[in-house]
Amino acid sequence: MAVTTAKLLDARLLRADFPVFEHPVHGKPLAYLDSASSTQKPRQVLDELRTFYETSYANVHRGVYDLAERATAAFEGAREKVRAYVNAPSAREVIFTRSTTEALNLVAYAWGLENLGPGDVVVITELEHHANFVPWQFVAERTGAAFRHIPIDDLGELQLDALDGIAASGRVKVVANNLVSNTLGTINPVEKLAVWAHEQGAIMVVDAAQAAPHRAVDVQALGCDFLAFSSHKLCGPTGVGALWGRAELLEAMSPFNFGGEMIRSVSLEKTTWNELPYKFEAGTPAIAEAVGFGAALDYVCAIGLDAIAAHEHELVAYAMERLAEVPGLKVFGPPADRRTGIVSFDLEGIHPHDVAQVLDFEGIAVRAGHHCTQPLMTRLGVVATTRASFYLYSLPEEIDRLIDGLHKVRKVLG
Amino acid sequence: MNEFDQMYREVILDHYKNPRGHGALEDADAHAEGQNPLCGDEVSIYVAFAADGETIEEVKFSGRGCAISQAATSMLTELVKGKKAAEVAALPKEALLDEIGIPLSPVRLKCAILGLGTLKVALHKAKGTPLPEEWAGFANELELK
Repeated sequence: MAVTTAKLLDARLLRADFPVFEHPVHGKPLAYLDSASSTQKPRQVLDELRTFYETSYANVHRGVYDLAERATAAFEGAREKVRAYVNAPSAREVIFTRSTTEALNLVAYAWGLENLGPGDVVVITELEHHANFVPWQFVAERTGAAFRHIPIDDLGELQLDALDGIAASGRVKVVANNLVSNTLGTINPVEKLAVWAHEQGAIMVVDAAQAAPHRAVDVQALGCDFLAFSSHKLCGPTGVGALWGRAELLEAMSPFNFGGEMIRSVSLEKTTWNELPYKFEAGTPAIAEAVGFGAALDYVCAIGLDAIAAHEHELVAYAMERLAEVPGLKVFGPPADRRTGIVSFDLEGIHPHDVAQVLDFEGIAVRAGHHCTQPLMTRLGVVATTRASFYLYSLPEEIDRLIDGLHKVRKVLG
Repeated sequence: MNEFDQMYREVILDHYKNPRGHGALEDADAHAEGQNPLCGDEVSIYVAFAADGETIEEVKFSGRGCAISQAATSMLTELVKGKKAAEVAALPKEALLDEIGIPLSPVRLKCAILGLGTLKVALHKAKGTPLPEEWAGFANELELK
C-alpha cells in the first residue's frame, strides 16, 4: 500500500474503542466492511448513552424540575454540536429527525406538496438512494410536476451537460442529490449543482448520509438549502438523524408531523405552531439517541475529518489496486481519487449473495444487493453488486482478507 | 462438517453448476415467472402434463440468481416429476428444504423456495389448484407472475 508521509490516524489504536471487534465471527476476527450501511459504535458513545440514562434522563422541554432541565440541556447541546458540525448559521435551523430518510421525506412533503405543481420540474440523479428519489417521485406525481433525472457517465459521475436540456423542459423547482453516492462512493459536485439550482429559482436538497461521517461538510460552502444526515452512519445510535434547512424556508413551511411539542397553542377553533426548530419535532424525540449522536460527533471531530478522509482514501486506493488482481472482477464507479471509502463490484457469473455468504464464513462482512439504488443498478446493467466500505477503524489487512476471500469464492462457485 | 461445507455442500454446488431440467418448454401446459426483487433472483417454470392432464411429465426452468435459488429449483424439478398437480400444490416447503438439507437464514430461505412458489403459482393458474394463504402472500412478496 502507498506510503504516507504523515500518519493521520491510527486505526489499530482506534479499534480498541470498539467492543464489537473483541468478538470473533465464525471463529475469525471480524472484518467489518459494511460501514456505509451502518458503522460500529465506540465505547465513548455507549458510555455517554448509559451515563445520560443513569444520571440525566427525563423528557425534554416541558419539565420544571432539575432533571428535566439537565436532560433538555443535554439534548439542546447535541443540537448545537450538529449545528457546528455542518457549519450552520443557527441551531434553530437544525431539526432532529428519525433518520436521513425521514429528513428527506419532511422536505418532500412539507416543502414539495405546497410548492410544486404542473409545469414545475423536480430533478434527481441516476445514482440517488431511494430515500432521496422515491419521496420526490411521489410528490411530483401527486402535484403534477415533472420528474427528471441527471444521468451518469460510465464512471458513475454526473453528466452536467444534461442540465441545459432539463432547464428547457420546465420550471426547475427542486434539485435533490447525494453528496456521496452510497453505492459507488462518487463525490458529487453539489456546489455546482446548487449554483445551477438557484439560477433556475430552485432549492437544493442534499442527502449527506454518506458524506457527513467521512469528510468535512459545510452547508454554507455547499450553498445548499437543505441537508440531511444520520447518526448511525457516524458512530452514533440508530433512530436519530438531522435536517438542516434555511430558516426562511423552514419558517414558510407547514409542519410535517402534528402533535405535542410542535404547537404554540391549541384551541377547539385553531392551532398555531411552535417556533423553529420545534415546529418540526412533534412528540417526544429520541432524547438519549440525540445525546449519543452528539457524543459521536465529538468522537469523530477529535480524530479529525481530514484524517478520516485521508485514511479512507488510502484504503479505497489500495482496495481498487488489489481488486484488479481478481480475475473476472469488475469495479464500478470513478477512480479512487474521486470517491470515498466505498467500492462496489461484480464477480463475473457469481451472484453477490453467494459472494457475501462465502465471505461471511471468513469473518468478512460486506453488503450484497441493490443498495436501495435500483435505477443505478439498471444503468450499470446488473441486478445487484457486492459492496465493501471502510471507516476510521478499517485496516489494510482486512482488504487483504477480502481479496483472499474472493479467490475462495471463485474456487467454490466459479 | 463446518457451516461453510454445509451450506456449499457438494450436492448444492453440483445442482448449481449442472442444473437439472434447465431450459424452457414450448407450448407448456403451465407456466409462471417469479422473482425476488430484494436480490434479483429470477426463475421461470414450465410444466407439461401427461395424457391424464394431472401428472407432471416434464418440468423445466430457466433463471438467474444465487447458488441457493438455482440449485433449489434444479432439485425441485427432480422432486416433482411424476407427481400429480394436486400433490405438488399441497407439497409443504419442508419437503424441498429436506432435500436441500442445509440450514438457511430467513433471507436465504426466500431464495430456496422461489422455485417451489413459482411452480405452485403455475399450477394454480393452469389447473386451479389451491394456493394456500402462505403461498398467496409469498406470491405477492416475491412478485410472482
